[in-house]
Amino acid sequence: MKARQQWVAFVTILTREVRRFMRIWLQTLLPPAITIVLYFVIFGTLIGPRIGAMAGHTYIDFVVPGLIMMSVITNSYSNVVSSFYGNKFQGSIEEILVSPVPNYVILLGFVFGGVARGIAVGAIVTLLSLLFTSLQLHHLAVILGMVLLTAILFSIAGLINAIFAESFDDISIIPTFVLTPLTYLGGVFYSIDMLPEFWQAVSRANPILYMVNAFRYGFLGTSDIPVSGAFLMVSAFIALSYVYAIHLLARGRRLRR
Amino acid sequence: MTSALSIRSLRKVYDNGLEALKGIDLDVAEGDFFALLGPNGAGKSTAIGIICSLVRKTSGTISVFGTDIDRDFSQAKQYLGVVPQEFNFQQFEKVIDILVTQAGYYGLPRRIAEERSEKYLRQLGLWDKRDNRARMLSGGMKRRLMIARALVHEPRLLILDEPTAGVDIELRRATWQFLRDINARGVTIILTTHYLEEAENLCNRIAIIDRGRIVENTSTRQLLAKLSTETFVLDTREQLDAFPDLPGYTGRLVDSHSLEIEVEKSQSLNELFASLAEHNVHVLSMRNKTNRLEELFVSLVQAGADRAGGGTDGGRS
Ligand SMILES: Nc1ncnc2c1ncn2[C@@H]1O[C@H](COP(=O)(O)OP(=O)(O)O)[C@@H](O)[C@H]1O
Ligand SMILES: [Mg+2]
Repeated sequence: MKARQQWVAFVTILTREVRRFMRIWLQTLLPPAITIVLYFVIFGTLIGPRIGAMAGHTYIDFVVPGLIMMSVITNSYSNVVSSFYGNKFQGSIEEILVSPVPNYVILLGFVFGGVARGIAVGAIVTLLSLLFTSLQLHHLAVILGMVLLTAILFSIAGLINAIFAESFDDISIIPTFVLTPLTYLGGVFYSIDMLPEFWQAVSRANPILYMVNAFRYGFLGTSDIPVSGAFLMVSAFIALSYVYAIHLLARGRRLRR
Repeated sequence: MTSALSIRSLRKVYDNGLEALKGIDLDVAEGDFFALLGPNGAGKSTAIGIICSLVRKTSGTISVFGTDIDRDFSQAKQYLGVVPQEFNFQQFEKVIDILVTQAGYYGLPRRIAEERSEKYLRQLGLWDKRDNRARMLSGGMKRRLMIARALVHEPRLLILDEPTAGVDIELRRATWQFLRDINARGVTIILTTHYLEEAENLCNRIAIIDRGRIVENTSTRQLLAKLSTETFVLDTREQLDAFPDLPGYTGRLVDSHSLEIEVEKSQSLNELFASLAEHNVHVLSMRNKTNRLEELFVSLVQAGADRAGGGTDGGRS
């Protein structure tokens, strides 16, 4: 396929992905918005004032970037995992598999569909947060860069999950048992300075901690970890998961009989 | 004559160890309307699946218009349009979106994609339904939607896997006519079917596949001629040392007291016995020799009869 045709194919997949989550916005855009508003109300307005300052900021200011990041992670992942698995389940993945689209274009199409959903929900949540606090902007490039890389990484992860999945149960195992715990323990709600030495060290093995902290740094200018290290690490994870996903697509297992 | 499809020594062993294709060779010339005829489970869908890359082959080679699918899969796939046996579109998508999207996968720019989608939806009588969700269509319409989808990038070779299974008679006729027109415009067509009637009606060549092997590959005319003859084995009272000269009949001497004779369905047995009597040959007993091909046909014809009895519309089979 010529480069131009590949671009058309990429735009086609991306358009179809965006159209899908827009069509079912009641399932894709509204629930995360409601959930996060509840978090804002409970942790920001009700409990927040009693917690006092966290890492030198009011609790709501501290928690908002983490909650935005949490919704980006969950939504980019679940967009790709449910869309790709849905295509497998209904057989419509064959429409793409019989066509000349190269594997990397398939991957990028679905991944940027997930990125679009992650960023759409992130933007909605950010706007809603303005009802509860006024956001500072410390470093816009860090904010945008980190949110983009995070959305890419979790979209690829969602794709890998979907390739392996053979039932609808299989697409909820990783989000429930891996993603949610890592996110909750990833410094969304607290600064790891509060933890004993040992648990600080354990927390540093959690990649989500780096993403959340770097993202928060973009707003508040404070972070538990070095921000450049976070960018390096997320990029490395993206490279690894990209290579693995391409390998899975090329081998065709669980896609081609 | 260019070869539209050329298959060599194709084998497929599924992960569970089942050998669905046991080394098949097949050539389809450009312009042919070709039937791959065989009973359920023969390996038809497996063969189609491998050609369009949905099934991984165990060994063998395939080329489409001279392009090896392993060497330049992108080019080979541009030549190919596939209508699968089972519905495989997104049930919640709009008819028009399914076509425009499919064209996009082949790299066609939006404007051309839209033109082509309209053209083929009109040709298949689905233009009025363009804004319907696919799941709202009737079974027959869903099948036509898949045909339109397969044509949107204007392939040179169209492959249909059991396109009329479970479709009512009227719609089957309309589909047949549509396929004839497409073929007349120069598109090579291969269709799989387990109905002899369908192959006979549409195709100029027929290959018969059974249990993973091609057992016959010939023109429709020759195949029908073959089917209209029966082979009888006759035991004679007299000892014979050569096959007697029987005008209009062919056959061979099996041993000194038996003959094998091919009789066309139009020829009368009385005449045969009369000719034998002229040679002073008396028949003591006679039996019908069945061969594998004939047995296969009995089952195929039976399948056709079953369908005529109770065809339902659409559905995954
Ligand atoms: N995914 C699969 N795994 C294992 N066996 C299969 C699979 N698909 C088909 N088969 C078997 O391969 C044989 C050929 O099947 P198929 O190609 O679908 O036949 P046809 O299309 O001629 O009815 C059958 O015995 C079928 O049960
Ligand atoms: Mg089949």
